[in-house]
Amino acid sequence: MPEYKTPTSQKDIDHAFEQLKPYMNPTMAYYESSRCLFCYDAPCVQACPTNIDIPLFIRQINTDNIAGAAKTIYDSNYFGNICGKVCPTEVLCEGACVFNHQNVKPIEIGRLQSFATNTIIEKNKKLYKLAENNGKKIAVIGAGPAGISCACELRLLGYNVNIYEAKEHSSGLALYGCAPYKVTNEDVMQEMDYLQNQFGFNVKYNSRIDTEEKLKELENKYDAIFLGIGLGNTRSLNIAGGNLNNCIGATEYIEQIKLNPINVKIGKKIIVIGGGNTAMDAASESARLGANKVTLAYRRSKEEMGAYDFEYELAKAVGVKGMFNVSPVAILGNEEVEGVHFIKTKTENGKVVNITGSDFKLECNTVILATGQSKKTDLLSKINNLKFDKKGKILVDENTLQTSNPKYFAGGDAMNGGAEVVNAAAEGKKAARGIHSFLI
Amino acid sequence: MPDISANLAGIKSPNPFWLASAPPTNSGYQVMKAFDAGWGGAVWKTLGVPTINTSSRYAAVNYRSNRMVGFNNIELITDRPLADNLREIEEVKKYFPDHAVVASLMVESRAEWHQIVKDAENAGADGLELNFGCPHGMCERGMGSAVGQEPDVLKTIVGWVKEVATKPVIVKLTPNISDITVPAVAAAEGHADAISLINTIQSLVGVDLNSFVPYPIVDGKSTNGGYCGPAVKPIALNMVKNCAQHNGVNIPISGIGGIENWRDAVEHMLLGASNVQVCTAAMHYGFGIVREMIPGLENYMREKGFQKLDDLIGKALPNVKTWENLNLKYNVKAHINADKCIGCQLCYTACDDGAHQAIALPTNDSRIPEIIEDNCVGCNLCSLVCPVEECITMVRKDDGQQHETWKEYMANGKAPTSFNDDRAGGKGHWVPEPAAALKK
Repeated sequence: MPEYKTPTSQKDIDHAFEQLKPYMNPTMAYYESSRCLFCYDAPCVQACPTNIDIPLFIRQINTDNIAGAAKTIYDSNYFGNICGKVCPTEVLCEGACVFNHQNVKPIEIGRLQSFATNTIIEKNKKLYKLAENNGKKIAVIGAGPAGISCACELRLLGYNVNIYEAKEHSSGLALYGCAPYKVTNEDVMQEMDYLQNQFGFNVKYNSRIDTEEKLKELENKYDAIFLGIGLGNTRSLNIAGGNLNNCIGATEYIEQIKLNPINVKIGKKIIVIGGGNTAMDAASESARLGANKVTLAYRRSKEEMGAYDFEYELAKAVGVKGMFNVSPVAILGNEEVEGVHFIKTKTENGKVVNITGSDFKLECNTVILATGQSKKTDLLSKINNLKFDKKGKILVDENTLQTSNPKYFAGGDAMNGGAEVVNAAAEGKKAARGIHSFLI
Repeated sequence: MPDISANLAGIKSPNPFWLASAPPTNSGYQVMKAFDAGWGGAVWKTLGVPTINTSSRYAAVNYRSNRMVGFNNIELITDRPLADNLREIEEVKKYFPDHAVVASLMVESRAEWHQIVKDAENAGADGLELNFGCPHGMCERGMGSAVGQEPDVLKTIVGWVKEVATKPVIVKLTPNISDITVPAVAAAEGHADAISLINTIQSLVGVDLNSFVPYPIVDGKSTNGGYCGPAVKPIALNMVKNCAQHNGVNIPISGIGGIENWRDAVEHMLLGASNVQVCTAAMHYGFGIVREMIPGLENYMREKGFQKLDDLIGKALPNVKTWENLNLKYNVKAHINADKCIGCQLCYTACDDGAHQAIALPTNDSRIPEIIEDNCVGCNLCSLVCPVEECITMVRKDDGQQHETWKEYMANGKAPTSFNDDRAGGKGHWVPEPAAALKK
């Protein structure tokens, strides 16, 4: 029997998605903050993509200056609470903590960060005074971490900001994609509301920018445009059976789980194809929602997986089994998925090579493809003079994040190819500074 | 097995661990419980004309997550009738004839002293401790530290007590005086049998930042208290040493101040205490701490080959000199063990900001700082801030052949005598140009 049953109530959902990093109470935060050494030129700060002054905010928590701690965090990263919960701290700040070299548990930086920011969010305490309106208008396309972060910084600098969001909620993958046992939807929405209350940017929901006319309109109306559009749907694999029922892209699958977990139909035997962090999330979430057997199938070796080690450990901990050096040849079935035809592989000179005659079939009733998201070339191709790198990422100036079309700036997954919330938050802020230096 | 039985001026106890006169010795119940737990003696909560105590009596200094590193009280002497206390002393002695029960006393007139000494001895007290130390409340009425600060008065009262006492008389001294040996000598001259020190230090441990009232708060007001706990041990050790080294004192010492484990107790005894008294630690952790103290002391004595307490009492005294008798030719320099270093760089910043700019950051990305030996004055600061045991050590660099003290420098005409003397110790010692500070 699986550890998790199929959920039938909110209570079951809460159990399945019990938070990995629950909020600390003030005593825990006091004790934990007491341990920080206040390193000189601290490695945790260097490891943070947003360079939060971590020793300073921890010291502020320790002296019961929680608002000061929250301000230190938000000064560097507008997604303070969300990042405290969803950042891969094990490989970033906490991974860099000097205590690791002594085999002492590193400081729980992520939880301390969430403690400080959430305390202030719950009090709805304003930390910033916006600059006077400078009369300039900026359009932000996409209300994900990059777009919201850009909007906050621009508002701080005195710009009028309108965000165009295709969906009905802001925060992008922080809401639609982050693993539900890392952050709750309520946490995400609360931080969004807190930011919007404080910075007063406008978000136009259900407003997809998808035509040349709409782009022209924005270009005429605004002084600059920030592209924080993220990535598109899961790429198809171009193998037989990819269009069968119950063969679904991981991004789309996770979005359903995030929005309405109790009504998502979870297969009993699931094969997740891919070796990245999204694959780990899709597999973990399936197991937590009552799947009997979840198999991760990756075409290279375990060591070559793109996923962080701790993400694979998390998946294993809820019963997910890994299967390596196997490549899908076809998804089997008539209308519904019935299994996957695999072939074994080996790596030769860095390339994956199929081993002839090693074919086998594995039964399942759901296949989840976690094989990467497509680029939003449809929209991007409509923008004049926009240049891309070989992988289709938007090319930008590394200091200002300005694109080859000077009116456009870009950040987040569309520009970096797909990274963490914290990277998008850093880039949105950086782009805002780039816009500011471009316009002023 | 080493013999840990103690003898303070004829007052014998199975071990040197006594409870000090304080709240833990307020009643027979507490003293019996303490003896049952293993304590060797107890000095009863000070007897006299019972007082009325305030509600809210204690306050503490917490250091980060450590509670009560300093402790402060405004409680006065016993508030219980003398007869009740005497009856309970008698009962305790019945159960524990071999344990030391010492009556702490504080009264005003010669007649009262005579009466209470007789009463205490009749109840079975093994000794008498004259409370000339209490620095709050009682001193406002001319008792406690008011006596301890007036050597002539102190000597007179000791004389009154000795007129009738048949048991050993201990004089408890206040540290709230510029030279502790003055009252110590007065006690000896008055024929006291022993001294005990230190009593608490006048203090305000903190102020409530919202109500502007120091702690502890009694209906919106406060008063100075007496400070004790681990934080006062260094002050106590120095005063115990001063008395132990003074030729005019020459009577046994009961060490008090910041003792909470066997190590603290041994330190007091190495500096001349014949036994020790404990209060704050028992108030913090209960009587059970003696379970750690007894075997800790026994183990130490076994390892050092000490048969009895006399073998270690005062053993550190020959090693405490006046500053002018220290060897100025002795030369140590810091050494960083790169294998143990965790890269916090606290040594770098401590030395650069707080000492002699003798530590450099690494030029590679190892984060392991380097000692600049020419600049290192051997101050120890880096080794003290280093969070890793035995990572930074102080290594002797002189050949051990030379020995020249300040006193000898003076005698030999080698000590600097004018403001710009070429013989200044730091002459030629490299320091960065002031403006270099701004380039970092």
